[in-house]
Amino acid sequence: MGYTKDQLLARLKELQIDFLCYDHPPVLTVEAQAKEVGHLGGALSKNLLLKDKKQRFYVVSALADTNVDLKVLSQRLGLGKGGLRMAPEEALQELLQVPLGCVTPFALINDSASCVSLLLDQGFKASPSCYFHPLTNEVTISLNASSLDKFLVSIGRQPSYVDLEANPVVGKDNPPDLADLVPSGVTTPSDTIANTVTSAPTEKVVEKDVLPAKKSVNHPASGDAKSRAVLPKKVDKVQRSIDPLAEATDIEKLVKEILNKTSTALLTEVTKELNDTQIRPSVVDVASRRVSSDLEHMIMSLKNAAYTQGFHAGLQTTLRPNLSSQK
Amino acid sequence: MAEESMTGRDDEQVVNPWEVTAKDGGKIDYDKLIEKFGCQRLEESLVQRVERLTGRPAHVFLRRGVFFAHRDFNEILDVYERGEKFFLYTGRGPSSEALHLGHLVPFMFTKYLQDAFKVPLVIQLTDDEKCMWKNLTVEESKRLARENAKDIIACGFDITRTFIFSDFSYVGGAFYENMVKVAKCVTFNKVVGIFGFTNEDHIGKISFPPVQAVPSFPSSFPHIFSGKDNLRCLIPCAIDQDPYFRMTRDVAPRIGYQKPALIESSFFPALQGETGKMSASDPNSAIYVTDSSKDIKNKVNKYAFSGGQDSIENHRKYGANLEVDIPVKYLSFFLEDDAKLDHIKKEYGAGRMLTGEVKKCLIEVLSEMVERHCKARALVTDEVVDAFMAVRPLPYMFS
Repeated sequence: MGYTKDQLLARLKELQIDFLCYDHPPVLTVEAQAKEVGHLGGALSKNLLLKDKKQRFYVVSALADTNVDLKVLSQRLGLGKGGLRMAPEEALQELLQVPLGCVTPFALINDSASCVSLLLDQGFKASPSCYFHPLTNEVTISLNASSLDKFLVSIGRQPSYVDLEANPVVGKDNPPDLADLVPSGVTTPSDTIANTVTSAPTEKVVEKDVLPAKKSVNHPASGDAKSRAVLPKKVDKVQRSIDPLAEATDIEKLVKEILNKTSTALLTEVTKELNDTQIRPSVVDVASRRVSSDLEHMIMSLKNAAYTQGFHAGLQTTLRPNLSSQK
Repeated sequence: MAEESMTGRDDEQVVNPWEVTAKDGGKIDYDKLIEKFGCQRLEESLVQRVERLTGRPAHVFLRRGVFFAHRDFNEILDVYERGEKFFLYTGRGPSSEALHLGHLVPFMFTKYLQDAFKVPLVIQLTDDEKCMWKNLTVEESKRLARENAKDIIACGFDITRTFIFSDFSYVGGAFYENMVKVAKCVTFNKVVGIFGFTNEDHIGKISFPPVQAVPSFPSSFPHIFSGKDNLRCLIPCAIDQDPYFRMTRDVAPRIGYQKPALIESSFFPALQGETGKMSASDPNSAIYVTDSSKDIKNKVNKYAFSGGQDSIENHRKYGANLEVDIPVKYLSFFLEDDAKLDHIKKEYGAGRMLTGEVKKCLIEVLSEMVERHCKARALVTDEVVDAFMAVRPLPYMFS
């Protein structure tokens, strides 16, 4: 079900994106690609599919001679020291739906790649023509960074250009500068990021993408269930009425209740804290733990209620097509 | 056919889907049960592995050994670690409208599994079984199924990855095809051996087991799992359900399906003690989800079997008998805070803490739980039940 090269190129034409197209025998490495198109003067790219310990995936697309140090990148993403590795071959098929030797930003056109984060070498901006594979390694297309951006925006992505050779200090006072680019949920495009710092590269990555062993699949990050209260992302305003479902989806009421419970719990703990002789963990922690079960239940009820409302609305629509707004 | 009777009926304890009695009015011997059934103990190492894989603390029931036995749970974890998925299957026989806390235990645990592993769940309501075994009318059993569904939903299942179905409504199509496939592989002798049926039992009972077996197979739910014939299944249940799934695991490879894995819990004790029986006819034998805080306070104070000594002096001297004390047992199920529980056990066991205080703690914990359940239950309307039970695809079931 993945997009084909022809479909991709047709899409680029639809978007009126300028690009040039070169056919050649299949190439699996940057060197091989260089032999075919290197003489044309554009900037070759090397593209890596990486994965972290929490089964989140990243496409890092860099100029062929940019030094990409996975250890540095891992720290800059906030994954600790060794949190990034090359993703296994299966992920190529499953997520990007491209063959070996073919990792490319264009693979993000596939829905299966919706949770994959994209990091682009800021060096692309400086080059009038950059070379990428259009979902097959028998073709190279050449386009400039703003054309690439146009494509990315058209598939709902915010292009993120990064100085991949930078090696900033990451520590208590310097939070990881690329943390925003870590996929957070099911379908979150990476946010735009700008950054620079000084550098010292080390690892040279030769192959264009990924290889060995373990099978692995897309596992969007699982958040902590027991941490702070999580407010629902969607904010729908709903009419108030005696219908319990309407009550459950009343966000204002829910938030008021959340704050109420939180502060009551906090105050009770604070009072206890003052009278008690035993050492207690931080008050806020205890309080939010007390409250979190309730909150989770409430929010789950919210979710189920919202789904149910939608479900029945959908059912009604299909049962009475003459009333729907189709055609 | 000379076959060891696996009904769990020997001169000692009896454990099968329709009867659970300990030997001589004593406690259930779980070690013997595991040995007899042939399942595995859930080792601490597996619990830690679960914590590692899910990135969150293990559920109270895992930490405290409530879910203590399994079949192939380690394989499920292997599958998950490889990035493949599995689905959950659990169920309830809707025999009564009133659900007590013991009934909720498997559902609370299943909800945790759903949230921790982010996998879909099918919940079977065996209204046909209760119609047959409890001699209810078809209408009544269907009604009870829907009512029970509301309490089940109130446990907090995610509608985007949960399918609830009642046998009367759903059996047919691919589900029935699988039932026939399973039935063909189990002789009359075999079900007699496994379930203890007799020549006097009606044929409805004898042909029921496949109904509970086939939800373990993804092909029974083509609207959800089409194309995923190899999806593994994990079944959280109480250990008395083991016979159904022993049979299922025996049949599965013969019809080309994966064996379901199981994770099994011990029995929830009655208020009056391990030897007492929780029965629907005695409302004081259990805490019901419809009990008010006052009811809970009353029941715990009056009926919860205490392991404390008969006088305060003796109690301070000898401490409480934690083995038989029900409040402490209940707290080990429902008090999340490990440190607090340990403290109570220590102080109470040493005689420094009195029964009243332990009971007070329990009342608080239970009241909060029941209140939360009630609130959630009030938000489960018939529309919500309809949506959960609609035969619909679950496109976000793995996200």
